[in-house]
Formats: sequence, structure tokens, C-alpha cells
Amino acid sequence: MKCSNIVTQMQMLLLSTYFLFSPERRTANMAASGGRTVGSFLWKCGNCCFNFNTVSSNLTRQVLSRQLCVSAVLHRKNLAAAGPEKFSEEFIKKQVEEFNIGKRHLANMMGEDPETFTQGDINRSIAYLFPSGLFDKKAKPLMKDTFTKALAVEKHQDRLRGKDLFTQDAKQISLVGSRWLLKEELEELLVETISEHDYARFIQLMERLLSLPYCSVEEDFVQRYRRQLEIQSSKQQVQPLQYDQHGVAYSTGDGRRKTAMGTVLLRDSGSGSISINGTNYVHYFPVLQDREQLMFPLHFMEVLGRFDMQCSVSGGGHSSQAGALRLAISRAMLSFLSEGQVETMRQAGLLTPDPRIKERKKPGQEGARRKFTWKKR
Amino acid sequence: TCLSGTSKNACQSEQHLGQYYTVPASHFHTVFPHGLPPRYQQQVKTFNEGCVMVRQPALELISHLKRADYINPTLRYLLYGVKGSGKTMSLCHAVHYCSTQGWLVLHIPDAHLWVKNCKELLPSSYHASRFDQPIQASNWLRNFRTTNEHFLSKIKLRQRYVWTKRESTEEGRPLGELVDMGVSRVKSSSDVVGAVLKELRLQAGGTEGGFRLAVAVDGVNGLWGRTTLKKEDKSPVAPEELTLVHNLRKMINNDWCGGAVIATLSQTGSLYAPSSAYLPQELLGEEGFDSMDPFIPVPVSLYSEKEFESCYLYYLDRHWLQHPHSQTEEGKKELIFLSNRNPSVLERLCAFL
Repeated sequence: MKCSNIVTQMQMLLLSTYFLFSPERRTANMAASGGRTVGSFLWKCGNCCFNFNTVSSNLTRQVLSRQLCVSAVLHRKNLAAAGPEKFSEEFIKKQVEEFNIGKRHLANMMGEDPETFTQGDINRSIAYLFPSGLFDKKAKPLMKDTFTKALAVEKHQDRLRGKDLFTQDAKQISLVGSRWLLKEELEELLVETISEHDYARFIQLMERLLSLPYCSVEEDFVQRYRRQLEIQSSKQQVQPLQYDQHGVAYSTGDGRRKTAMGTVLLRDSGSGSISINGTNYVHYFPVLQDREQLMFPLHFMEVLGRFDMQCSVSGGGHSSQAGALRLAISRAMLSFLSEGQVETMRQAGLLTPDPRIKERKKPGQEGARRKFTWKKR
Repeated sequence: TCLSGTSKNACQSEQHLGQYYTVPASHFHTVFPHGLPPRYQQQVKTFNEGCVMVRQPALELISHLKRADYINPTLRYLLYGVKGSGKTMSLCHAVHYCSTQGWLVLHIPDAHLWVKNCKELLPSSYHASRFDQPIQASNWLRNFRTTNEHFLSKIKLRQRYVWTKRESTEEGRPLGELVDMGVSRVKSSSDVVGAVLKELRLQAGGTEGGFRLAVAVDGVNGLWGRTTLKKEDKSPVAPEELTLVHNLRKMINNDWCGGAVIATLSQTGSLYAPSSAYLPQELLGEEGFDSMDPFIPVPVSLYSEKEFESCYLYYLDRHWLQHPHSQTEEGKKELIFLSNRNPSVLERLCAFL
């Protein structure tokens, strides 16, 4: 079919839908009351395939009379709108014929048989061609799946309550080590774009589902939307222990903090003596805070008096040197510790290098953040 | 372990190592008017009593003092060690022993005080090129008077000293009069100090009414270093040009007998010395080392385990450690780590716990 043909037929169909729908609705509304509708006169116009067999001929005269008085009323009220309201018989006949032609065209378009094209077929084809508000996104029920699952869980709970088997401590879904799908992943899964608001609502609904005690019923559904978290500490490289001549275990570690670099040689079965760059640490770090930084990894793992340390450090100031040594000590200690302890160290933040460095000075300002003194004039 | 009942220093021996002994309150003002470290003085005031730990260096000193014969020229003992390891405290311990034994104690609290921060420098009347320090000298004389009250009347002068045209002290007068004069006449106090030292030097080993003389100098390395003082034409003053220093050097020379010289090195007050220096050669310098040579070095180390234990228990006993965690084993380990058994560091640490 050519485009122009379709367009003209659409236009015709538009006209006819006006006539189709409005009479339908009005017939539905007023059939009970036995009202005469404007559209029922179309039946009068002849061989339409309306299934309005209910409307009998006895209405016709009434309709006509009604229609006449209507038009008279209208004529009295609104002289300007005189045209379409005056429905003469030929006009009606012409409209009906046009409607039928349109119907046949529609059937051709849909690829169906024009002869047996019922009103239901017309409805379906029009709904297909002109998507109405019922199929709009805003009219769809929001997250129907999740909501139905929540309702199902609640139903299950009620059933159990009815049977007096309801207990608070039912088997819970284990959520440890997994996280909700990210927005991008969810979009990928559902093959449609989701706004942030929708994503937030989705998470909210899932949390609500999880808050119900018997959510384990829908465990599979929930797990489909969760991803496992990888254990970070498995990425840490732990060097093996080295043994020197006397059989004493030792290990090295190095750390950096803000232009200070430090290396540490940690020896086992010592007395807790520490020497930094050849001098005692009490003399190298007179400030208590720096010594506390050195103490932190050992104290955390409760191995204070066990190791002997030989450190060398350069660059930076005293605080950054202390921080660098702390990182170096924690890294050197890794080879002496077990997996679980490594994980606790990582969570304590002992193994993360501090990323803060001196911020760049920008032109037009005195420092990184400080602006020049503002002078009014 | 912490408190031993013996206040008698003579009875202290190695069994008492690590234990505290109490200095009677009356002794504090007489024996130590100016000698103790300021933090220790605060601690004494807080605890209302003075407890000194018996430690190895002090015991060694005391045993030497007991055994040495006083016919030969004086022995010189030098206490040296890392900063804050307890040199001054050991010195005070020895001084206390000496005073209880009836010696005459010449205690110079800090020789560095004489070579820096001096407001007034008078040209000396006795010697043209030297400089006087009236304030420091008079202060010291006053403290000396409190320390050795009972000696002042006993010792008689052997020489006549002329101070000014009108003032002079005759032979045979008691030393106390000399000291009083020095305290009142501030201008000539430095010369008085010189005179006192000379007299004591002469009379120390004497058989008639002889007494033992203990010269205790803290921060002896200040005598041979540089000074921060300047003359009026902004040229630096050498230590030899100060009367007090000159006289003190003469005391430390071992050309007299009948006593002992106990000295400590101190980096804290020293001028132009790096903070990591603690060995005698570094702090004394060439000149000082030559003049002190020969001497008996006494190293003062950090707390041993036993000593640390006893100090910790002492603080616990006095309820100085308020934090509940400090009373546990772990807290103790933390203290050991953070202070590395350095006495002064430990004391500062416990001060705010």
C-alpha cells in the first residue's frame, strides 16, 4: 500500500472511529436507560456490521423524531454550529458507506479478510495502530513482578499464621558477601532504560521484601538480582618468609607516604628493639604521635615484643616518615600472619597506602585553596 | 619490690637494685636546694615524698667512693649516657650519699647556666681580662650556704682577702663570713666564689679537722665548649674569660687530694652540640677531654627490665597511672614500646595517663 493511501485511509478511519467509538460508548452508557444516541441512527443507514442487533427498528422512529427535535434544539441554541448537526438521510448513508470502505481498507492493511472483519477485529487493529493511553508507560503497573512476589510472601505468612506455625526466626536469606545489582546491570538485564528514581524504588521494594520474615520463600527471585562481592584480600600478594643463617625468620616491607619512602627489615624472636637509620627510634621520633604510628600495626596484632626492626627512611617530614614506616611494617608483617589476620589488617586500613599528596597551587590564587586578599578597591 | 625501708645509703648494696628508697623530707631542702631536675621536683611535690630508684651507676659510684683512698690525687668520675637516661638523678643520689656521710658537697647544678643567658657581665676587678657574673655567683653562694651550714663555721680561712679598699676578710675568720659577704656584696661575688673554692681545695685533704670534699658538677661539658655571651664589641666570650668557669676548672684539675669529682655530661643544655651526641669525646671536645683525662667513665643506661618493672609498679602504687588500660599487661607492653625504657620519656608519658 502506498503511504498516501494509508494516510487518506487513516483520515477516513479517524472520522469513522469518531463515529465508532462515540456511539459505542454512548450505547453502552445509555443502553440501560434506553437512550437514543446519535450513533444509533447509523444503524438506520443500512448494512453496517455493527453488532447492535439489540437496537431494533422501533427505536428508529423515535430516533428520527428525537434526532429531529435534537437538531431543532440545537438549531435554536447554536446557529453557528448548524452544519454537522443536521443529519440528513443522504449524509448518513454516505457516512455509513465511507465507514464500510474504511473498514475494508483496514482489513486489507491488517492482512485479513475484508468480508469477515468484525468489530472486535476493528478494535484490535485500531489498538495496534494507535496505541492508546492504556499501554503508556505511566499507566503500567510499577514493578509488577516484585510486588507480586512480596504479596506472595505475605500470603504465605498469613497462611502459616492461620495454621499457627508462624515463628519469628525462620530461615533468612544470607546476604553477606553480595550486593544489589547496579543500575547499569539492571538495565542490561531488563533490556530497557531505567531512571534513577525507578532504580531507587526497585531497591526500596526489594528491601521491603527482605524485611518480611519469610522472605526465604522467594530466595531465588531475590538472588537473581544480587551479585557476589569478590574478597579483596585475595588480591594481596603475601611474600613467603625468608630465613637467614641462624634460622631466624625475617621479612622486608616498604611503604610510601607523601614523598617519604621507608623500608623495614622485620626479624622474628627479638626483643622489640627498633633502630631507624642507625639511631634509636626514641631519638629519631621525639614526638609521641610518630611512635604511636609505629606501634599501631604491632599493637593491633598483639605482637609488640616479638619483632626486632631495622628501618631506613628518607624524604618527607617526620609525620610522613612515620606513616611510610607504618605501611612498611604492616606489609612486612603479612608473611608472619594467617589469612584471617591479613583480612583484619586490611579492614583496619593498615595495608592501604594513603593517597593524599600536596595539592597543586593554582594560578591566580596564593596557595592551593587560599585566594589572594580581597581588596574592595 | 618498689619501696625498700632503708633510708641509709650506706647499707645499700646490689640486693636493693631496682628498689626505691625514700629521701627524708628534711634533707630535700638542705641537700638539694638546686640540684634536682625540674620534672623530678614537680613529682616530689605531687607525691609529697621523694623516692629515688637505686640503680647500677649510682651504686657503682658509691662503691668507688667508699673504697677510694684519699691520699692520692682526686679521682674523677664521669657519668655519661643517652639523653634522659638518669645521669642527673644518679649524681643526686651520690651527692645525697656524700652528704649523709658528712662530706662537704660542692654541687654545681648546671654548668651551662654559667655560660649562657647571662644578663650582666662585669669586668673583673681581680683580673683585667676576665668577666664576672654577679647574679649567678650570688645565687650559687646562697645555695652553697644552705647545703653546708654546719661546715661554714668550722672552716677557717688561711689567707687574707682584700675585696675593695675598705673591705677585707682576715685570716682565721670562718668561711661562713666569707660566704655571707659574697651574698651581700653582689659585685664581688664571683671573686668570693673563687676564694671559697681555693680555700676548700687547700683544706680538703688536711689532717687537722679534715673533711672530704665532693665536687659534683652537672653538665661539665659546658666548661669547655663555647659560650653564647658577647662582649660589648660583639665578639664572643671564651669560657676561660669567665671567672666562675676559670675557678671551677681549677677545681676539677686533680692537683688536690682528699675528695672526689663527680661530673655528668649533659646534652640538653649544651650549646652547639648535636642532639645525638652523648659520648664524652663528642661532648667534651678536645680540650675538655684532655683536662678531664684520666677519669673513670660511668655509663648510665636505660632502664633494664627489672628497673622498668619497679618504676611501673611505683607509679601504679602512687595511683599515677589513672587509665584503666595502663594497668593491664598490654598497657605495660605499650608503655615499654613507646618509651623504649627511657626514664624521662616514660615519666613524660605517664604524666598524662
